[in-house]
Amino acid sequence: MALVLTEEQELLGRTARELVAARSPLKRIRQLRDARDPIGFSRDLWREMARLGWAGILIPEAHGGAGLGYTELMVVLEELGRGLVPEPMLSTVLLGASALLLGGSDAQRSDHLPAVAAGDLLLALAYQEQRSRYDVHHVETRAEWASGSWRLTGEKIQVLDGHVADVLVVSARTSGSPANAEGITLFLLRRDAPGVRVARQWRIDTRAAALVALDGVRVGAEAVLGEVDAGGALLARVLDRATIGLTADMLGGMTAAFEMTVDYLRTRRQFGVPIGSFQALKHRAARLYVETELARSAVMAAHRALDEGADDMQAARMAAIAKARCSDAYMLVAHEAVQMHGGIGMTDEHDVGFYLKAARAAEIMFGDAAYHRDRLARLQGY
Amino acid sequence: MDDLDAFREETRRWLVANAPPSMRKPLAAGEDYCWGGRKGRWPADVARWLAAMAERGWTAPTWPREYGGGGLSEEEGKVLAQEMAKLGVRPPLVGFGLTMIGPLLLHVGSEQQKRRHLPPIAHGEIRWCQGYSEPGAGSDLAGLQTRAVRDGDVFVVTGQKVWTSFADKADWMFLLVRTDPDAPKHAGITFLLMDMASPGVTVRPIKLISGASPFCETFITDVRVPVENVVGHVNEGWGIAKMLLRFERNMIADAFKERDDAARLLALARRYLPADDGRVGQPIVRDQITQLEMDQACFDWTLARSRARVKAGHPPGPETSIFKYYGTELNQRRRDLAVRIAGPQALGWEGEGFADDEVKLTRDWLRSRGNSIEGGTSEVQLNIIAKRVLGLPD
Ligand SMILES: Cc1cc2nc3c(=O)[nH]c(=O)nc-3n(C[C@H](O)[C@H](O)[C@H](O)COP(=O)(O)OP(=O)(O)OC[C@H]3O[C@@H](n4cnc5c(N)ncnc54)[C@H](O)[C@@H]3O)c2cc1C
Repeated sequence: MALVLTEEQELLGRTARELVAARSPLKRIRQLRDARDPIGFSRDLWREMARLGWAGILIPEAHGGAGLGYTELMVVLEELGRGLVPEPMLSTVLLGASALLLGGSDAQRSDHLPAVAAGDLLLALAYQEQRSRYDVHHVETRAEWASGSWRLTGEKIQVLDGHVADVLVVSARTSGSPANAEGITLFLLRRDAPGVRVARQWRIDTRAAALVALDGVRVGAEAVLGEVDAGGALLARVLDRATIGLTADMLGGMTAAFEMTVDYLRTRRQFGVPIGSFQALKHRAARLYVETELARSAVMAAHRALDEGADDMQAARMAAIAKARCSDAYMLVAHEAVQMHGGIGMTDEHDVGFYLKAARAAEIMFGDAAYHRDRLARLQGY
Repeated sequence: MDDLDAFREETRRWLVANAPPSMRKPLAAGEDYCWGGRKGRWPADVARWLAAMAERGWTAPTWPREYGGGGLSEEEGKVLAQEMAKLGVRPPLVGFGLTMIGPLLLHVGSEQQKRRHLPPIAHGEIRWCQGYSEPGAGSDLAGLQTRAVRDGDVFVVTGQKVWTSFADKADWMFLLVRTDPDAPKHAGITFLLMDMASPGVTVRPIKLISGASPFCETFITDVRVPVENVVGHVNEGWGIAKMLLRFERNMIADAFKERDDAARLLALARRYLPADDGRVGQPIVRDQITQLEMDQACFDWTLARSRARVKAGHPPGPETSIFKYYGTELNQRRRDLAVRIAGPQALGWEGEGFADDEVKLTRDWLRSRGNSIEGGTSEVQLNIIAKRVLGLPD
């Protein structure tokens, strides 16, 4: 496993950084928030990103994608995370398209993936519920088969981009009790289907999310993604991969917050000297640097492992390690960033607060560090 | 099958045929690796293993053959290490010759110094110690006071070194001396090689909190060192001293990579904190074990990344400071956790009621406290990162 980027990958990263700088500076993130933009991002910018191949980065060329690997995805996500860019990479690509790639039938793939790769179709994965916390197998939403169709009833929370996605991938219980890993089935629904109600949620971070209520929504047998009752394993596979992708976004965010802080240490003066000359701050900054470097290693190793065909157990292990480390590191960096900025760091006017909120949201999303450590221990039998 | 696979095959066969069975077991309590040197006495199987490996140059696999090495490429060296690890064979020889002064001489030594000093290191004949620290010069190493005055073809050296690991067992010392007392402190330093058998050298062992006596005070009185034993140029020893420190930090970091520590800690936890469901009894301890395992994995990947960067032609960055800082911290956390898992059984110093491995665990914890001091303290490493990597002002 060579943990170094190729020249093409470095170039991809530079292109991404330039696009973010030109089209989505932090000023734009602030405007979207202040305007309470109902969508939360721009479909035009998303199409532009699709033209660069990002929306279809993991989608095979046969389905109109770029057919690249996870390391390429990582490079792009890091830049998006650096800029806190809200375009629907996580929802549409990492969760939605990934579910179709890993579990979809040929027909389902060719129906959806080309439009995803073109930036025209948005997806969302509705799996989290009020009482599921981090357990993706805790599913209370029910799907019942009656007179030739499935009827879905339940409520999903914090569905990323659920308010605008054209198609929702929904987990529902088709047998068993709420915490069973078995008996879960994934369904594809159109957001505008009768009985689907979505309400935009406002979180601390700038990622858009929605409550999705399903009130007797009817779909046919062809809407099942994968096998009936076997969606639990598929869901876990999708989330492990999405978790790994999220860590690349987190890496970008923590790096940006860290660099912002080091700049401030060099320029802000007190007692007649730059505050970065105080050893109490130097050592803390040096520790943050070590933490971010270790995080970078974990993120690279996890993406590389997926490219090298990690099996489900390896993918789960890598996801746990990378997510635990990035959760802790991003929070540490963000907390320290605010502290080292002093009073200005507490103001809404300063950008550092955006990173603190993004860090918290990313930390909790897909399971925090303690959850992932416990998960790794269980995976390894202790 | 490509060349490397063939090499792997051949290497494995040779190791299986030649490693004595006793050299394929982990160290038992009280046992140590072979450090070589004139003063060392090693059991017959240890000596045999050293001789067999030294004959192939595999004590220093990637050094050129003319200097006693094995002449292997980086890749072949890695394959050898991997095969040794797989078979669980012990390194035939360890020490500061192989990890510090040897690599340094390969880079900056004169041809004559390489020919003279490297083969005895690779053969395990000469053991080296490091004379850097002095009573008044620790973190502020450049403040050293040991004097060397030129007298014809020799330098006459006088001063005191301290914390000199294994000075009592070593045959030679590499040391820093002040050759120009009037120059600014970094400018008047010279890097010397000194035979410990020279008249005027005396050593006094110092006992550590762990009970062992691995290091000494070294008193140097009017010792005559030939001018040819200067490495690099007179008064230009500081740059060389720092280069050696990078080798040292690499070595210290390397010592803390890729072990099966999670498994070892887990075995300890199962022994001292059993639970009915097969999990570790205390969730907090379980969490700490997992945390260590994860941090170790991240550390290993960071080492791998830095190697990959160097191989891809990027200059090595100041990452040795990260490795020294973080690797030692990891080791300390691990030793500390092992003691907490063992609980009351970790309080033994020796004798009745305490197993050998319990005493070792405790002494290893005590010894590990030195990891963040030796080779430049953690605070010094953080200073280096802040200055050299982050560019923070003085
Ligand atoms: C087990 C062991 C083996 C050793 N082996 C050898 C050997 O073989 N050869 C050899 O030459 N030396 C050896 N040493 C010595 C070692 O390199 C020194 O102990 C080390 O460099 C620290 O110096 P000092 O002990 O004088 O502590 P000091 O420099 O006095 O440090 C005391 C404390 O002050 C802190 N401090 C000092 N300066 C700063 C600063 N600028 N900023 C922030 N904090 C600071 C230190 O981090 C430390 O916590 C060994 C040490 C140990 C523990």
